[in-house]
Amino acid sequence: MIQAILVFNNHGKPRLVRFYQRFPEEIQQQIVRETFHLVLKRDDNICNFLEGGSLIGGSDYKLIYRHYATLYFVFCVDSSESELGILDLIQVFVETLDKCFENVCELDLIFHMDKVHYILQEVVMGGMVLETNMNEIVAQIEAQNRLEKSEGGLSAAPARAVSAVKNINLPEMPRNINIGDLSIKVPNLSQFV
Amino acid sequence: MALKMVKGSIDRMFDKNLQDLVRGIRNHKEEEAKYISQCIDEIKQELKQDNIAVKANAVCKLTYLQMLGYDISWAAFNIIEVMSASKFTFKRIGYLAASQCFHEGTDVIMLTTNQIRKDLSSPSQYDTGVALTGLSCFVTPDLARDLANDIMTLMSHTKPYIRKKAVLIMYKVFLKYPESLRPAFPRLKEKLEDPDPGVQSAAVNVICELARRNPKNYLSLAPLFFKLMTSSTNNWVLIKIIKLFGALTPLEPRLGKKLIEPLTNLIHSTSAMSLLYECVNTVIAVLISLSSGMPNHSASIQLCVQKLRILIEDSDQNLKYLGLLAMSKILRTHPKSVQAHKDLVLQCLDDKDESIRLRALDLLYGMVSKKNLMEIVKKLMTHVDKAEGTTYRDELLTKIIDICSQSNYQHITNFEWYISILVELTRLEGTRHGHLIAAQMLDVAIRVKAIRKFAVSQMSVLLDSTHLVASSTQRNGICEVLYAAAWICGEFSEHLQEPHQTLEAMLQPKVTTLPGHIQAVYVQNVVKLYASILQQKEQDSDAEAAQELTQLMVERLPQFVQSADLEVQERASCILQLVKHIQKLQAKDVPVAEEVCALFAGELNPVAPKAQKKVPVPEGLDLDAWINEPLSDSESEDEMPKAIFHDEEQRHAKQQPPKADEEELARRREARKQEQANNPFYIKSSPSPQKRYQDAPGVEHIPVVQIDLSVPLKVPGLPTSEQYVKLEEERRHRQRLEKDRRKKKRKEKKGKTRRHSSLHTESDEDIAPAQQVDIVTEEMPENALPSDEDDKDPNDPYRALDIDLDKPLADSEKLPVQKHRNAETSKSPEKEDIPVIEKKSKKPKKKEKKHKEKDRERRKEKERKGEDLDFWLSTTPPPPAAAPAASMEGPTVSTVVTAPAEEREEPKRQEQDEEEEEEEERDSEKKPSKHKKKKHKKEKEERPKDKKKSKKKPPADDEVAEPLENGALHEPLPPMSSYSLLAENTYVKMTYDIQGSLQKDSQVTVFIVLENLSSSFLKSMELNVLDSLNTKLARPEGSSVHDGVPVPFQLPPGISNEAQFVFTIQSIIMAQKLKGTLSFIAKNDEGSTHEKLDFKLHFSCTSYLITTPCYSDAFAKLLESGDLSMSSIKVDGINMSFQNLLTKICFHHHFSVVERVDSCASLYSRSIQGHHVCLLVKKGEKSVSVDGKCSDATLLSNLLEEMKATLATC
Repeated sequence: MIQAILVFNNHGKPRLVRFYQRFPEEIQQQIVRETFHLVLKRDDNICNFLEGGSLIGGSDYKLIYRHYATLYFVFCVDSSESELGILDLIQVFVETLDKCFENVCELDLIFHMDKVHYILQEVVMGGMVLETNMNEIVAQIEAQNRLEKSEGGLSAAPARAVSAVKNINLPEMPRNINIGDLSIKVPNLSQFV
Repeated sequence: MALKMVKGSIDRMFDKNLQDLVRGIRNHKEEEAKYISQCIDEIKQELKQDNIAVKANAVCKLTYLQMLGYDISWAAFNIIEVMSASKFTFKRIGYLAASQCFHEGTDVIMLTTNQIRKDLSSPSQYDTGVALTGLSCFVTPDLARDLANDIMTLMSHTKPYIRKKAVLIMYKVFLKYPESLRPAFPRLKEKLEDPDPGVQSAAVNVICELARRNPKNYLSLAPLFFKLMTSSTNNWVLIKIIKLFGALTPLEPRLGKKLIEPLTNLIHSTSAMSLLYECVNTVIAVLISLSSGMPNHSASIQLCVQKLRILIEDSDQNLKYLGLLAMSKILRTHPKSVQAHKDLVLQCLDDKDESIRLRALDLLYGMVSKKNLMEIVKKLMTHVDKAEGTTYRDELLTKIIDICSQSNYQHITNFEWYISILVELTRLEGTRHGHLIAAQMLDVAIRVKAIRKFAVSQMSVLLDSTHLVASSTQRNGICEVLYAAAWICGEFSEHLQEPHQTLEAMLQPKVTTLPGHIQAVYVQNVVKLYASILQQKEQDSDAEAAQELTQLMVERLPQFVQSADLEVQERASCILQLVKHIQKLQAKDVPVAEEVCALFAGELNPVAPKAQKKVPVPEGLDLDAWINEPLSDSESEDEMPKAIFHDEEQRHAKQQPPKADEEELARRREARKQEQANNPFYIKSSPSPQKRYQDAPGVEHIPVVQIDLSVPLKVPGLPTSEQYVKLEEERRHRQRLEKDRRKKKRKEKKGKTRRHSSLHTESDEDIAPAQQVDIVTEEMPENALPSDEDDKDPNDPYRALDIDLDKPLADSEKLPVQKHRNAETSKSPEKEDIPVIEKKSKKPKKKEKKHKEKDRERRKEKERKGEDLDFWLSTTPPPPAAAPAASMEGPTVSTVVTAPAEEREEPKRQEQDEEEEEEEERDSEKKPSKHKKKKHKKEKEERPKDKKKSKKKPPADDEVAEPLENGALHEPLPPMSSYSLLAENTYVKMTYDIQGSLQKDSQVTVFIVLENLSSSFLKSMELNVLDSLNTKLARPEGSSVHDGVPVPFQLPPGISNEAQFVFTIQSIIMAQKLKGTLSFIAKNDEGSTHEKLDFKLHFSCTSYLITTPCYSDAFAKLLESGDLSMSSIKVDGINMSFQNLLTKICFHHHFSVVERVDSCASLYSRSIQGHHVCLLVKKGEKSVSVDGKCSDATLLSNLLEEMKATLATC
């Protein structure tokens, strides 16, 4: 089981917080903070597993994380999950984000937290891995987006227009904080079907 | 309308959307909190709007704020509103918010049930999907119960997208509502072979999660999973299955044998590291579960270790980490194979990655030997010095102690070295493990006698050192070692070189800054030290010095008397008074030393940690009984419970009055010696070397210790452990030379010409310890109880899921289906009420119906299942020899034995309340299913009455009415059993019960409990009856009427089990008796005899009745109809309360109460052939009259006769 999925940036700002076990908000924030401090002091070239998460679950739980450019993706899992499998799942998740947002960068996650959640929901459900096939995930997301668009119709048009106007100045924001380097792969790990 | 909507959204289009909110927060970095509180106010406004789009937008923003740590539970109701929007866009927003903030404590969550149900059955798969996803995050026991059936239906949805989500969420449903597991499991199992790989993977996922917690219930799925493993190409699925097998193999060694080959093939063939790693892991689990001894296993181990070495040597840190992790698993069972890779592990200790270092540390534990311990610890000590973070350093510290102390200091050859290591460790600042070091010091000093002198010298140095005292601020900090140091110096003070100096050190004013418990030990040990110095001075007849010493004590002790710590204060004041007294005596020139020393005479032995717990309670001793009657309140309040077994306070026991006269002391000592000599558990046989108050010093010396003179006993100052390493090397070298010399001599003698190479292959055994180590084992009380029961966590949420899944489903095990609930008006049995009441009342009926048919099937099925697995497992290529053959027998034998053991208790069990039984049912998996059913049925039989009573009233009155009916009038009922004695002899006792079912109008089942009373093993039991025209035993097809029916089990001594026999009956209006015989073979040590037991089986008319509920209006109609014949009886001399009387009639005669007014009640029952039986029971002063109406007069009169017999006993 996956206990929590956290995404935060190099400064510990949460970008996605998904707990599969109830914690009050302040504890959630504390967990994010402490997890951030745990992974922050680790070099990029040391192993991606962390034990002794005193915060969630205890000794059966591990933190498995990946660091992409400005973002940390941290999964807290118990011993029923394969460590390397989860590493690969993070990769699948990030690549899916990349496909759905077309060259994903931190800004996409900042401004579209809801969409990131929807994508995650197609990968992990209630703490269990739902789908690992990226094409399938992307297909489902796109189908839902189409459904949303078709529902929007007339009444959504003005809002979309306003939103487009508001976003005109968006490109001024740095888009160079690309998550980048998606090619990091676990060596010799064949892609899951 | 559309126009209005557009207008509405134009009005609102300048509302902030999520992006605006995020942008706003980013632009207000300085005053983020203020800005957000502003936004929340806006959101509250937006939530008040009618427009759902506005609400959804607001909820979406709230979800973002939730991520930032804001509590949004106040908006729970609005979230539900958005969830129920018709548009997917909004629905999705609502469900996302709900999944982030709803939990079991959210009160409005119960409002969602119908909305979720609607969404689950929505024609749009994405509506369904989004509801499933949301529900998976906030499912509660209520939601699980109400929606389980809907979700189960979705498991067979046409869209794989829905199927896989439905399958996954079932796990959450099981967790919250364990009753759903059995009904849903068959379908879940089906999904393992779903054509869609995603659904298949989900099913594997769920079953693996389930099996991980309660593996034994899933053993029967092994063949299916094996098939999947060999056919699947999905790595996720493979990994899950292989992990599952890892959990199953410990339960079934044969499975492991079967797995080894395909797993080894996978290891060789796969290129995916994740898969390879999991295979290796499972192979390790298999190897652990198989007792070693099979020759081909070493090959598998070699393969694993080899592969792991490749992982560890890989440049990828992740693989390195995992390799070490798996290696540590092998280490537990096959340490030799891992030890070969010591180089690699030591290398990993230098890794820059802390995770890897920690893993390597774990491995070290199993790698040490006498030979390399010093070397490894030396290496670790250098790491301790280098370690930057305290966590890692503390980890190192505990590891060093673990490694050294493992298996009773097995690997330590030189305890001086170990003490000096411990002393070196005390230099660590800021560690949290001071108490660990202290415990080790105490343990070693107490248990290794030879080291005491050295230990004392080191400890006195510690007491002198200032940095320890200074560090007293931290709890559990390094100052804890002073606790040990003080105690050791005091207890073994005769070894002190300069006791006076140590005494001074212990009395320094700085000591008062130490934590209370340490000061307390100081105070206590100061006296011990004082006593020993006093003795010395008196022997030297240095009265002046002795008085000076006493003066010192009198001067310094008050600082402890002032302590805020109660313990310290108390001890100090006692001792101060004692010392003052001594001072007075000294002034009169009275020698006191001997008597002061007597305070601390005798030796302390180490006591095993669990010793106290294991002291058996002597027979006849009731620990709960009052010794004296409890005192009046005021007095008993003052008396606090005394902590008799508190750590250090054992000493109190030894504090004999100092003035006790010498003879008395000598006598007691003698007695104690005697006692110790006779006590086999008292380990010290050699007289204790210390504190022999009577034997003057010099008479008895330190025990015979072979001290290697090459090792100086005292290294001046604080020795470094490194010196020891060098010394040890030298010593070993000398030993080797010695040995070589001896060997050479021998060889020369034998005249062998072969030269011995100078290459030394040194094995552990060659290294003789430097000291004759006498490790005192810990004491245990006499008759210590052997077992420690595992205390399992009763709150484990997964325990509820420990449910037998092989058992076929009973009809009652259905997921609740929601029906329309109408306000229940009092009695009408019309349609609307039926579902609710039927649901409950039907249970027993249905069960009974299925019962008979299924009994046999069930048993067969169970056997078949067992056989299936056995068959599948037994196809393992080489049928293993002796031991595995035994294990093959294992499962079958154990079911036979465990099942009856459970059953033997059955009669008692029936009285237990229902919760307990339910719990037990969950707990006991191997129990034969029919047994459970029966119990269930019985308790149901007792219950309907209660249930209906409460049903008849409007639900609101329920709680008030119940205590009135059940409580006020209710007296404790005597235990009831429907089983009656059939026959009994010295071998076997038979009790039986007869039950019919509404569905089979000419059949009853006879349940016979056979209890083996003898010490023989009963087998080949066969039951036969002489059929009558009316009643016949149902025999297996093809057998003649004279053949018996075999009893499907055997009975070991003292065991009971239940067999069932079906009888066909034509007419039920008369009671019947059938003669029968049970024949069996009794086998004991002397041989086996053929025995038989005759019995008469009594089919009473009651046994044809089935408890059937009836409503008062239907009952009235029935009575009015006039087709019933009537009869009545009256029984006098009844003292039982009416309530109990009714219960008894209902229980024994299978009736249910229709209505009850005061001491008058109408009862109803039905026969298996559909006769209605109505009773009116009236209770007078001392009598009971029963008027009956029944569709058959003969039946009625027979029934009433039987009832009369029952009532007569009341």
